[in-house]
Amino acid sequence: MGDFTVLIISSIFINNIILAQYLGACPFVGTSKKMETAVGMAGAVVFVLTMAGMITWIINTYFLVQLNIEFLRTIAFIMVIASLVQFVEMFLKKSIPALYAGLGIFLPLITTNCAVMGVCLLNVQDELTFLQAIITSAAYAVGFGVALVLFAGVRERINLGRVPSPLRDTSIGLVTAGMLAMAFIGFRGMV
Amino acid sequence: MLASILFTLGLGGACGIVLSFASKVFYVYEDPRIAQVENLLAGANCGGCGYPGCSGAAEAIVAGKAPPSVCILVGPENVAAIAEITGGEAGTAEALKSYNECMGGSRATDRFIYQGVNKCSAVASLYGGKRDCTIGCLGYGDCVRACKFNALAIGAEGYPVVDYERCVGCGACQAVCPKTIIEVSPMSARLMHLNREDDALAPCQQTCPAEIDIPRYIDHIRKGEYEAAVNTIRERNPLLLTCGRVCPHPCETMCRRAIEDEPVSINQLKRFVADIEMNSGKRYPIPCASDTGKRVAIIGGGPAGLSAAYFLRRLGHHPTIFEAMPKLGGMIRYGIPEYRLPKEVLDWEIQGILNLGIDHHVNVEMGFDFDLGSLIGAGFDAVFFGVGAWNDYNLNIPGEDLKGCYTGINFLARVGKNEPIDIGKRVAVVGGGNTAIDCARTLVRMGLEKVYLVYRRTRKEMPANDVEIVAADHEGIEFIFLAAPNRVLEDEDGRAKGLEYLRMELGEPDASGRRRPVPVEGSETVLEVDTIISAIGQNPNLSFKQPGTRLDQLEITRWNTFEVNPETCQTNVPYIFAAGDSQTGPATVVEAIGGARRAARAMDQFLRGKPFIGEPRALLSQKKIGESIFERVPGIKQTKRAEMPELPVQERITCFDEVDLVINEANAMKESNRCLNCCRLCYDPDISIDTKRPAA
Repeated sequence: MGDFTVLIISSIFINNIILAQYLGACPFVGTSKKMETAVGMAGAVVFVLTMAGMITWIINTYFLVQLNIEFLRTIAFIMVIASLVQFVEMFLKKSIPALYAGLGIFLPLITTNCAVMGVCLLNVQDELTFLQAIITSAAYAVGFGVALVLFAGVRERINLGRVPSPLRDTSIGLVTAGMLAMAFIGFRGMV
Repeated sequence: MLASILFTLGLGGACGIVLSFASKVFYVYEDPRIAQVENLLAGANCGGCGYPGCSGAAEAIVAGKAPPSVCILVGPENVAAIAEITGGEAGTAEALKSYNECMGGSRATDRFIYQGVNKCSAVASLYGGKRDCTIGCLGYGDCVRACKFNALAIGAEGYPVVDYERCVGCGACQAVCPKTIIEVSPMSARLMHLNREDDALAPCQQTCPAEIDIPRYIDHIRKGEYEAAVNTIRERNPLLLTCGRVCPHPCETMCRRAIEDEPVSINQLKRFVADIEMNSGKRYPIPCASDTGKRVAIIGGGPAGLSAAYFLRRLGHHPTIFEAMPKLGGMIRYGIPEYRLPKEVLDWEIQGILNLGIDHHVNVEMGFDFDLGSLIGAGFDAVFFGVGAWNDYNLNIPGEDLKGCYTGINFLARVGKNEPIDIGKRVAVVGGGNTAIDCARTLVRMGLEKVYLVYRRTRKEMPANDVEIVAADHEGIEFIFLAAPNRVLEDEDGRAKGLEYLRMELGEPDASGRRRPVPVEGSETVLEVDTIISAIGQNPNLSFKQPGTRLDQLEITRWNTFEVNPETCQTNVPYIFAAGDSQTGPATVVEAIGGARRAARAMDQFLRGKPFIGEPRALLSQKKIGESIFERVPGIKQTKRAEMPELPVQERITCFDEVDLVINEANAMKESNRCLNCCRLCYDPDISIDTKRPAA
């Protein structure tokens, strides 16, 4: 149990997928202009990343390792994640229309989210068990959400400020992201 | 090698198969019409329709939740095409436009020095802005940045100026404005807006019974935008040529400039633009909302009936006017003499209203030629009564039915119809109201030797307009004040030969605040006249109220007028509405227009089957917004108001030509620049108003 707590804390804060590992920077900048959007995106990422972590672990353990073809991992994962997102989108549309309405437009965006890919590959690299892989994936996703929502809050405030014109919008966003990342360094040593 | 190829193929195949099955299993039926409709929409995802994006709007249209005309960017052809797909009725979208009320300026004092972010939202969050004015524009241009169509710009005076050519009415500016400066509304909402106590209303606009946006049209005149000025007046008053000539302009008495100077000559400016339109040889187009197919019978073609028909037509309904006299116009045709309102002008004005597509029947009288039953049978959904007050009160003195005795409105109407009237040489007109003055001035023009005006109080108490009294004086009418007719003397032929009156003196004030005249004992005096016209007031003729019918149930006040709800002008019979003199008792044209507009507003909601939406903050019964009424207005440089040009007295008493003439363009410019733009521009008592006003 204690192991899992450490795993969760470290995945959310210490090894935050965006601010410590610098993955998923594209949606981080792209969907953080408004708090509403950021929350929607965070929800969609939690959902997809947990699913993807699960499926890719199965694919990796029972196919790639068994058949001794680990070198196909990247290609296999890309295919699986893309299909998974499409599948999930169709499933939600039919079965849980309310959730689809909430996450709908963000799901296709995740197809191209490298954080998802990164987490799946990291799970393999760290040789996690199935349960650990699921929990790590979910925790990484929560970390992604925390960073995104924090960042969106900051950006909404920055929009009210007098920013010199060369720095406006994305530029000041990246500077802010850097500062946030430095702040997250402070979590090292927590565990 | 083989394993990897097989694996890749297998994985691809598996993914493909799973997705194919999923797409079959999880297939959600989507109406193909949604895609078709979406193709016809603008695709701008502007949100002007209120749905999330064009696909959301398309879904709402197909689901029947939104009309085909919901998209504000789509032209009529595409609306028709969409209607064909959905099988609904096309309808026409009412153009939404942005209007900003505040004209800005920098005169209002600052409460604090603001050095924060240059955004309205940021300034507004600090105590509602740095200025003393709590309603005015903040001037940081959030609306300009919000506009996707480049239709807004911050003008020279620091307030947003709307480019109506580019504005599509998407509402983005209204959404970002932290105040209510920018407002997006369709034409019909503007037509139906009642003055509210939280509106930015100049004192004149609060006073005008028709609620005309006076500062706005004066501003248009100042800028030379005469068509815009006419359209602004027409949002509240369809009879601008008439009112420009005969209105007693209560607005001018409340003019803020009048506190320190002469008031702005508001009514002359109205007449000026109205005459410009008439003399331009064309009519400015008047937009109407899409047809509703509802029909309303308008009983009486006077100012109230014409205005109600006009507003109802512009709201998309189909009014039909029934008029008892040979021509439309009612009291403004038959009660107001030619020299004040030429029939030619009136005809032009009425034709403009009828051109909107209003049917009318003349020489048909309610209760004789038709009744309520036949109107309901003919499929009218509501009935509006604007029958006026045509019954003259009697003097109740002996001899008043002798030959040579007439009553005021009856006399004026007969002159108006060019009927021959047996008039003697010396006339006494009894009464002190506008009808009495109209009678007297008409008689002067008919070439009589002597015209007396007999009134039982003094000049100060006369209810007639002051300008009219002055004009009557100039034209040689002799006033006999403090005189109450006692009896009419008869000669051998049974004709009146004199009017005996009692001298009066003023006693205690009565309910109306005027001092009550008290007769002086034994002061009988005889005025040698051969014609007597009594014009001491009128009340409505409601003789069509036959016993045993629905009309008999109508509640009537003790002044013999319709009893109505003051906000809706609705009677106790839900589909019957009334306004004008028949509801208020004898009053002004502009009050009839104001009442007709309130009635039209309520009728519109009644006809559309909507519950009546009241306006709890409406400024009814001449309530004023306290803080807008000033005691003093420092800093005004006194300037004479434009004199009204008149025909010389010698010329005018020989004919019925119009006496009051229109001011010229230069004077109109000058006069419009005298307007202080109250509640539109920042006001600062410490800065001279005349030096800081924006350039014309």
